[in-house]
Amino acid sequence: MKHGSFYFVLGIATVLGLILGACAPTPTAAPAATSAPAATSAPAATSTTAPAATATTAPAATSAPAATATTAPAATATTAPASSGGSNLTFVLVPKNLGNPYFDAANTGAQKAAKELGVTVLYQGPTTADATAQITLLNSLIAQKVSGLAISADDADALVPTGKAAITAGIPVVTWDSNISKGGTQLFVNQADTQGIGDSQVQMALDLTGPSGGEIAILSATAQAPNQNAWIAVMKTDLAMSKYSMLKLDTIVYGNDDDTTSYNQALALMKTYPNLKVIVAPTSVGIAAAARAVKDQNMIGKIFVTGLGTPNSLRDYVKTNIIPEFALWNVPDLGYLTIYALDALATGKIKGQPGDTFTAGTLGSYTIAADGSIVLGKPLVFNKDNIDNFNY
Amino acid sequence: MKESTIPSTAEPQTANQISINAPRKAFLARLQRWEWMLVALVVAAIVINSRLTPYFLNAQNLSRTSADFMELGLMMLPMVFIIITGNIDLSVASNLGMCASLMAVLWNLHFDIWVAAAAGLALGTLGGALNGFLIARVKLPALVATLGTYAFFRGIAYVLLGDQAGVGYPPAFTYLGQGMIPGTLIPFSVGLFVVLAVIFGLVLHRTTFGRYIYAIGNNENASIYAGVPVARIKLIIFTVSGFMSALAGLVLAARFGSTRPDIGTGLELTVITAAVLGGVDINGGSGTMVGAALSLLLIGLVRFGMGLKNVQDQVQTIAIGSLLILSILIASIARTISAGGVKLSRRTVGLAIVFIIIFAAFFFFFYWSRAPVIKSVFG
Repeated sequence: MKHGSFYFVLGIATVLGLILGACAPTPTAAPAATSAPAATSAPAATSTTAPAATATTAPAATSAPAATATTAPAATATTAPASSGGSNLTFVLVPKNLGNPYFDAANTGAQKAAKELGVTVLYQGPTTADATAQITLLNSLIAQKVSGLAISADDADALVPTGKAAITAGIPVVTWDSNISKGGTQLFVNQADTQGIGDSQVQMALDLTGPSGGEIAILSATAQAPNQNAWIAVMKTDLAMSKYSMLKLDTIVYGNDDDTTSYNQALALMKTYPNLKVIVAPTSVGIAAAARAVKDQNMIGKIFVTGLGTPNSLRDYVKTNIIPEFALWNVPDLGYLTIYALDALATGKIKGQPGDTFTAGTLGSYTIAADGSIVLGKPLVFNKDNIDNFNY
Repeated sequence: MKESTIPSTAEPQTANQISINAPRKAFLARLQRWEWMLVALVVAAIVINSRLTPYFLNAQNLSRTSADFMELGLMMLPMVFIIITGNIDLSVASNLGMCASLMAVLWNLHFDIWVAAAAGLALGTLGGALNGFLIARVKLPALVATLGTYAFFRGIAYVLLGDQAGVGYPPAFTYLGQGMIPGTLIPFSVGLFVVLAVIFGLVLHRTTFGRYIYAIGNNENASIYAGVPVARIKLIIFTVSGFMSALAGLVLAARFGSTRPDIGTGLELTVITAAVLGGVDINGGSGTMVGAALSLLLIGLVRFGMGLKNVQDQVQTIAIGSLLILSILIASIARTISAGGVKLSRRTVGLAIVFIIIFAAFFFFFYWSRAPVIKSVFG
């Protein structure tokens, strides 16, 4: 019994400590919470802060049951203007995981769109790229009745029930970067247009060989990789055209998206084809490995590397002219377009049906394709003049 | 210091727990300690959450979020048994993945979904029995044996399903994870968990089998000499754990409406966290089912509340970790004080200051982590 009462007293003390701890941050937490709808512009901020602040501080003085009674109307009070007023929408950009420069770059574009549209965009994701954690997160966002969700799915199928639940709850859902299977989303913002990427690879190869052309080789990921194979198919069609007839494709090798294998494949290419001028590697692992091989063999200026990659991993190679140019979709623009698409859905400008058209700020007009997606546009070509503008 | 306190506190406990005459009193006595602390924390979590966000006390929200934690709960029930015997099972989440993957493969091969589910349950039970065999018969340490099967089971999941996915389960099956008990807002999986928790609790606290589990945890050698069938009990609880992992796998696959081989990766640590936070001694010998269930509730409420306040996932993980460390620290300090009297008060004060610093550090981190969000909002 002595132990029991002691634990009980300690328990009460801890609870008091917790409540005190939670009370202390409330004044600071309140502006944080109200800042969400108030983010739009200065005049709007003052008007929305006032009722919200009273709603959160009033129950503080009363006891628990009273708190529930007073917070219930507060819920309806805050959601009602959110659904009707166009300017205090709160969207959430959900990446596959936090702390990933790629997704952080998309967020910078999303915040730019948020400022232009006068909406709030929160950036919330799971710690690891794991569907279970992402679903838990999405459930809490649905519970808050946010005005819209932009999701990069960790698992296309597992997120279908959650996406459906959000849509049923009246929350517009847009996917970006990685889609949710049928029924779990209203619109997919596709970053990679197969045709555009294939075209850009061949065009860059021609840029690097010069108008007289020459021998090129492709270093791909795995022989089964669906994306790479689709791009290579486009490249082959392009190479058959008279426009690119001066380019000769020697071979296609596979580095299995493994750094060492890709490096060895690049070395073998240089030995087997002495007249090789350009290695095209449409994979981020392959392009970096091929560039390193060229550097190690001291073939800078004789053999160029190009393909697909991220600016941060290739910056040094671009500056040393091993990779004079490479392509990737513009990731900040992807976030920008996603928020415009979500806003168009949330404000009822589009219904997410094929054929619907909306304008996405500086990117221009987009029309939803038959498969329920929009394509960002042509890939962006990075070179030493523009690469320092991008950080991902 | 540890040396000196353990015998003095452990002896009366052991006497209480092994004595068949007074299990009821021991149960009540235990209930007066840690479980009340958890009840107080749960109440605090509810009060704080309902104050901080208007979306918390909403039946539909609570219903939807409660289903997120039921797979953990199902795996936690046998985990309590296993930890009380002084063992551990790290393979539960991998076993879950293996069973869900087998079910997905069979479903993709056009077997009936219930046949596939039964095969999944059978494989899980078999996997659990393998753990039990390695630990009880081959006498491998549980940590090593289940660390091995942790990788082994997940590997099999990848071999079975590869880069494929099981999709398009019929509604009758997805009801397991997405459906509500008719006429209520209570998810079916919650009902399943409550029924099983009651059964597991009764077995632990009201049967000879349950007494044996405590006896093994307190002193395995003494139990063997006292005629307790230690090896058989270990085999049984690990097999049950395998079965429950498979059941959790079915519920999770039903909730997702799909299966990939990485399903449920990393859940084992949350399961163990929930059990330990519930007052189950990681060294074995003590713990209750009520405490474990309360701690699951507490973790769920805390995570949901933080999710509603848009606290980042990393910070949530830190919060749960701090909660676990704090709870164990408080328990250990309380034990020290009640064993040694007020003599150690200076030490207690010192540790109390450490608590406060930890709390302050956490709240500081909370704001610091929110700062970028606030900044990005104001541009």
